[in-house]
Amino acid sequence: MSSERYSLFSLLRESLRGHAGWKPAWRKASPQAAYDIVIVGGGGHGLATAYYLARRYGIRRVAVLEKGWIGNGNIGRNTTIVRSNYLLPGNAPFYECSMKLWEGLEQDINYNAMVSQRGVLNLFHNDAQRNAYIRRGNAMRLHGIDAELLDASAVRAKLPFLNFDDARFPIQGGLLQRRGGTVRHDAVAWGYARAADQLGVDIIENCEVTGITIVNGRVTGVQTSRGPIAAGKVGLACAGNSSRVAAMAGLRLPIESHVLQAFVTEGLKPFIDCVTTFGAGHFYISQSDKGGLVFGGDIDGYNSYAQRGNMPVVEDVVEGGMALMPRIGRVRLLRQWGGIMDMSMDGSPIIDRTPVEQLYLNAGWCYGGFKATPASGLCFAHLLARDEPHEVATAYRLDRFGRGAVIDEKGMGAQPNLH
Amino acid sequence: MRLNCPHCGERSLEEFTYRGDATVRRPALDAPAESWVDYVYLRENPAGRHEEYWYHGAGCRAWLVVERDTTTHMVHGVRPAGAASENARSES
Repeated sequence: MSSERYSLFSLLRESLRGHAGWKPAWRKASPQAAYDIVIVGGGGHGLATAYYLARRYGIRRVAVLEKGWIGNGNIGRNTTIVRSNYLLPGNAPFYECSMKLWEGLEQDINYNAMVSQRGVLNLFHNDAQRNAYIRRGNAMRLHGIDAELLDASAVRAKLPFLNFDDARFPIQGGLLQRRGGTVRHDAVAWGYARAADQLGVDIIENCEVTGITIVNGRVTGVQTSRGPIAAGKVGLACAGNSSRVAAMAGLRLPIESHVLQAFVTEGLKPFIDCVTTFGAGHFYISQSDKGGLVFGGDIDGYNSYAQRGNMPVVEDVVEGGMALMPRIGRVRLLRQWGGIMDMSMDGSPIIDRTPVEQLYLNAGWCYGGFKATPASGLCFAHLLARDEPHEVATAYRLDRFGRGAVIDEKGMGAQPNLH
Repeated sequence: MRLNCPHCGERSLEEFTYRGDATVRRPALDAPAESWVDYVYLRENPAGRHEEYWYHGAGCRAWLVVERDTTTHMVHGVRPAGAASENARSES
């Protein structure tokens, strides 16, 4: 177990030693025979869960099982945006809890995650959309979340190069959450992994769960590609593959897996200083600290586990970009990739017990999982440790679909590819 | 990914709209609520071969059942929906 603490002093010391003394950020743990809690899935949510279990709930005999390597899944495939600009009462307190955890994350886990509260600006293009954003902004403020309505001239002062006078979609203003922004996504995975490891959590990579052992309706452990592991409780946090893993326990979930593509361009000098979203199409963009434009749009819209998408959505995303921000037309694309989204039937996540005793589920994050990482970890840890939902996650129940208590932020109904 | 429409031939993806799993079956009107919850919300979501509805809106406007591998996007077969499912019409 490494106890090294990152600080200005350790940086200076290593600078003088030619940086030869840095240790791996976490151990390459091998599975033990038994744990109190086994987390299936070493993504951001699984690692955060393990960290908060050890840190806040004092449960340290915890293993995180990852079928690939840390940072290979959606934690390394998103567009790094964090925000809490939600409308519905079931969502707003949860995402605000996440926002507050982001604000203190780097001190908490002693890791530079490059948390940058550069603001998230959602543009509107007509009166109805402005009214909807006023309503959203007011709902946010009632929940104690910052929201600010900008008119066209205020947006123009901030981002003068946008296509303000487009004939079809003139920019009338935007809803700004100044506390939103971006966080270096890989660093979130590495930071949580390191912090959890330092508290004694075993992070076991290249360990695929192949079966869930259930005796008399109660989970007793998992089978893996590296042998059986006994567990008091098992938590599933394997978004993208939730249906496949839950099927090992005989569960059918209200989830479809879909592919979402994202893009990054060559590095440019800084010119977009906040996360900006187009209101007339689905397009969102920010500029990374390295200078690349990071952007994305809609999911492809059909079930997929392929981690790659098709050209029509590439075209759609780029058209959105050109409509909003014509000056990016000659920028060259550097990389494009796909990640598998857990698209739930109402567009909202699930953090709950399952019908199988001692088996817990964290799933259905759609394409909003990254911003939720800290609160998802905290709430899942709370559920695993206390066997009751965390106060900001009481709405994320698995049975809400049957009860008619769906949390449909977009009002699309049971159409996962439209959320 | 291109779909080989039985009426129009091979066409690009932009011409089609996706409607999800084609194996779910609408329960009887007087079926218990659990059957309806199952039908509306729960899905197998397989990694592998998947039967799914596609609507050829920019072509013949027919509903199709496509068998496709969700891990590779390989299309194994396309057939008109009416012949495959008594629910195709009511679901559209």
